[in-house]
Amino acid sequence: MTSFLSLTGIAKTFDTGVKALGPVDLNVQSHEFLSLVGPSGCGKSTALRVIAGLLEPTEGTVSFASGKPETAFVFQEATMMPWANALDNARLPLDLKGLARGEANARAGRALERVGLGGFEKSFPRELSGGMKMRVSIARAIAAEPKLLLMDEPFAALDELTRQSLNDDLLKLWREDKLTVIFVTHSVYESTYLSSRVVVMTPRPGCIAADIALTAPENRDAHYRLSAEFTAQAAKVSAALRDAMQAAT
Amino acid sequence: MNVFLRYAVPVALGIAVLALWEFLVRHFDVPVFVLPAPSAIWTALVENFGSLMTSLWTTLSVTIEAFVLAVLGGLALAILFSQSRAVENALYPYAVILQVTPVVAIAPLILIWVGYDRIDLVLVIVAFIVAFFPILSNTTLGLKSADHNLVDLFRLYGASRWQILWKLQLPTAQPHLLGAMKISGGLALIGAVVAEFVAGSGAATGLAWRIVEAGHNLEIAKMFAALALLAGLGIAIFSALSVLEWALLHHWHESAVRKTT
Repeated sequence: MTSFLSLTGIAKTFDTGVKALGPVDLNVQSHEFLSLVGPSGCGKSTALRVIAGLLEPTEGTVSFASGKPETAFVFQEATMMPWANALDNARLPLDLKGLARGEANARAGRALERVGLGGFEKSFPRELSGGMKMRVSIARAIAAEPKLLLMDEPFAALDELTRQSLNDDLLKLWREDKLTVIFVTHSVYESTYLSSRVVVMTPRPGCIAADIALTAPENRDAHYRLSAEFTAQAAKVSAALRDAMQAAT
Repeated sequence: MNVFLRYAVPVALGIAVLALWEFLVRHFDVPVFVLPAPSAIWTALVENFGSLMTSLWTTLSVTIEAFVLAVLGGLALAILFSQSRAVENALYPYAVILQVTPVVAIAPLILIWVGYDRIDLVLVIVAFIVAFFPILSNTTLGLKSADHNLVDLFRLYGASRWQILWKLQLPTAQPHLLGAMKISGGLALIGAVVAEFVAGSGAATGLAWRIVEAGHNLEIAKMFAALALLAGLGIAIFSALSVLEWALLHHWHESAVRKTT
């Protein structure tokens, strides 16, 4: 069976001589929710940018089963255009693809509604809270109906409650749109809650230290966060992360 | 109340200073060719209203022409710089040289090259040289200040260079450009005045020449009247550009956000 996405011997050394990543071999299946977990500076973000095609790897290849899929990227900062309102921001990918304005507005409006921002179309970024800006950022990502969603510590700067509510909304989008998600985080709990699979990376240069398949129920909620099943899986991820850190020192 | 005070206090201060000036000139019997009283300046303004207004219009049109050319030229060159590092490296030093060389020193050369018979063109060129650099420098900075993550996002969605320029770099540079325009508007006026002084003959008929002419004839009140009009012109240009800046930025940019506390 060919994977949705395959990384083969991916390594990245920057011009400064810093060896950031690899070599990494990784296969991602369609509709997987995969988290990359590791310490800061372990090359998680670099890996994400290589997959997106924003960064050329020094070695190795990225291949997709059926050509490069429609890809969306969500950054740690909401990364909105401050001069444009929420609707115009969410519409950006559609504008760049040259979609007719009416059709693009309808789709961007629908995306905003799906992330719970119906009625905020005309709001400018400075009028929105951090959580709401991140929702616009997610709306922009799903507006172009991607197959692959890449997220680089998107909720790291948000408070715990906002983060949990965005976690649940993200899972809903993942299920409904049959997305394949690669999610970078340094939170063990967040990765355990969200993922169907967690890949633990070593400190720089980032290599894969552990590859853990999780058995989470399809419908996760606040109860699941407190269940013994969740705690056991989080402990497994946490132990793997500790091992990876110790092996490096 | 706050708004009222913001305007009332400076106006009251201005009136008080004028009144004191008037009083001191009359009390100490200061000769009119040393320091005319505000009332004498007002009279000179009214008596010479026709010729002063014609001169005002001459200076204003030179300033506007130079300013518009500076904005268009500066913006165009900044866009070129943002598209090609090689062009920027090649041309930027010369733009700096043009900027740092005192315009009073260049003006006579331009006068010789362009000729006394095309004096208006000389004035526009000199004013343009002075007003051009802030536009170029700030807009170049602005075009380069686009959020790197947004640039990545544009690239991810296959945006063309043109789309990145139009939808990302130019909006990012808008506050820089508008700030530079406020500086350049005033500089264009200064450039026009300097050029008129350098031209220094009846060929140039703007406000600066009225000042020179009135000085030669010891009509000091008329000098002050022309000076007041020049200052008024500068304030009007600055205000107009401030209004433009507010109109374009107030709904999104931090600089124009009204503090609610």
